[in-house]
Amino acid sequence: MADAAAPVRAAPIRIPAGLWVVPPATVLAIIFFYPLALIARQAAIGNDGIPSFAYAAQVFATAAFHSALVHTVQIAGAATIGCLILGFIFALLLSFVPFAGSQFIARLIETYVALPTFLVALAFTFIYGSAGLLNGGLMAVLGLPRPPVDFLYSPWGVILAEVTVYTPFVMRPLLAAFSLVDRAQIEVASSLGARPAQIVREIILPAALPALLAGGSLCLLLTVNEFGIVLFIGAKGVITLPLMVYDKAIQEFDYTTACVIAIVNVILSLALYSLYRVLVLQFGGRRAGLV
Amino acid sequence: MSAVTETDGAARAAPSAIAEAGTSVSFEAVTVAYRGTTVLKSFSLEVQPGEIVALIGPSGSGKTTALRAVAGFVRPTGGRVRIGGEDVTDVAPYSRGLGMVVQNYALFPHMRVDANVAFGLRAQGAPRDLTQRRIDECLAIVGMSQYAHRFPRELSGGQQQRVAIARALAIRPRVLLLDEPLSALDAQIRRNMVDEIARLHRELPTLTVLYVTHDQSEALTLAERIAILRDGALSAYGASRTLYRRPPNRFVAEFLGRANIMPVKVESIDERNGLGTVRFRDEVVRAQAGPRVLAGRAALLCVRPHALSVTSDPAANAVAGTVAAALWQGEANSITLDADGVSIRLSMPPYLEAPQLGSRLSVAFAPEDATLLAEETPGDG
Repeated sequence: MADAAAPVRAAPIRIPAGLWVVPPATVLAIIFFYPLALIARQAAIGNDGIPSFAYAAQVFATAAFHSALVHTVQIAGAATIGCLILGFIFALLLSFVPFAGSQFIARLIETYVALPTFLVALAFTFIYGSAGLLNGGLMAVLGLPRPPVDFLYSPWGVILAEVTVYTPFVMRPLLAAFSLVDRAQIEVASSLGARPAQIVREIILPAALPALLAGGSLCLLLTVNEFGIVLFIGAKGVITLPLMVYDKAIQEFDYTTACVIAIVNVILSLALYSLYRVLVLQFGGRRAGLV
Repeated sequence: MSAVTETDGAARAAPSAIAEAGTSVSFEAVTVAYRGTTVLKSFSLEVQPGEIVALIGPSGSGKTTALRAVAGFVRPTGGRVRIGGEDVTDVAPYSRGLGMVVQNYALFPHMRVDANVAFGLRAQGAPRDLTQRRIDECLAIVGMSQYAHRFPRELSGGQQQRVAIARALAIRPRVLLLDEPLSALDAQIRRNMVDEIARLHRELPTLTVLYVTHDQSEALTLAERIAILRDGALSAYGASRTLYRRPPNRFVAEFLGRANIMPVKVESIDERNGLGTVRFRDEVVRAQAGPRVLAGRAALLCVRPHALSVTSDPAANAVAGTVAAALWQGEANSITLDADGVSIRLSMPPYLEAPQLGSRLSVAFAPEDATLLAEETPGDG
């Protein structure tokens, strides 16, 4: 037995660690970077095939582009602020003010995140539209000849719809952060003489700041790129960058302009994401494990 | 009701960090129930100004609930809570003027040590110079002055607990509430912190302290009086030494110091000195009779392990048993005797040789070191 030869095993094939990155990088390149590169190429060379900044300069010089850029930033900024305020208040109530059904509502909000955005716009049309429940009711009750509530087809309608859709995106990380806040800290603060508003300001808010920033930045990115709500509501004169891309590409077949605007939209998104990273680092996100 | 005033002598030396006059605490038939379950049952207790009272009991006995009722974090379903004679049952926690220290310290992690200590003063709108004086004073009391600019995460558990105490003291609380403050610390640091808290109270003798713990040695070391809770009700309340030497019932005897309990038959009670003569199996011994102990009735003989000593004197006040276990514990030998199914534990000095397992041993005790307890009937606490 001692002389029996040990079976010879084939040496395992060693795959260089760097090769593992190839499959995901290939998939990313095919489904994301290549189309993006095509868009950038179209924006740079136009239909003439000659690389030039002139196409972009022409687009940047138009009043329509300025208006779309301003609308995009204004609507996204206002909607994000609204989401942050509402989301913080709702999450605070659900986490710290015990009432029957709070757990159910929290679960409902999780479900709400999964719904398509245009549903809210559609629901708003039924409620606040010219012939919606609210206007119809008011006209019938007050005997008015015209619909008295007329905000839906303005930037405010878009902002309200976006706040309604994206507030849960702020609430979800906040609810998680609030669940980690040590209740003993709140009780000790209270015993030391701090009133509820001061406890929220000085104990709860600092603990939730990374989550608030995470939720807010996600909201900002989503609202900057929001298309469905703006299109569905069709507010008068409210053209945002994504909607302008759609108009130029699908309705006017002006692909070069559409690609220039799309690139601006991408740069705007990346800039906002970079700003978020800076803010999170600044306010302790590294400790919270967010970056 | 603010604990912070400009005139209360902030610049005084450390021992005056608490208001001159102590404050009493009264529980008047306080009952607390959660969702139909009563966790504190008609609990009544008087804590004198400047006194340390320990609330002890097993888990779920209601001791923390009692403390939270004083702090205002639970609303009693019945009874009243008074602090300094004032009914605070319906007063918000932030208006009660109490300092609180909890098991996990609950320091505010985003604030440095000095900001943690200043928190209560700022909450109560104290002037900046007064706040700074109090920070210096209270950190000096707990020996943490050199750590004023550190974050809590940069401190050890013991240091964090000292900061928590300084934070509670900074507002000059009417009463200091300590909720298992040393439970999260390891044994060595816990012993040191017990000494620290004892020193703190010597320096602040007017400070009334309610101390919740499940550790009876902490309670015996620190408290002048101990309240023992069981199943949400007060089982016993009295001076620490008295409760230890003369436990009023079996639960107290076993919870506070793990006494030996032997079933006996009372043969007679000497009315002159209160000593009872009892029979344990075929041995006759004497012990101090407690209340409701009657001749001719069954009773429980309660003797502390350290009150027993090995004897060979056949006339001694002694009981005998077979050595069932002998454990060397460093500072003592813990011997367990089996006396016909009744376990009797005693402590022997470590320098004495431990007896052989299975050998027969007689252990004697002074009659005044043992207590006779009336046998409990259902409902006795």
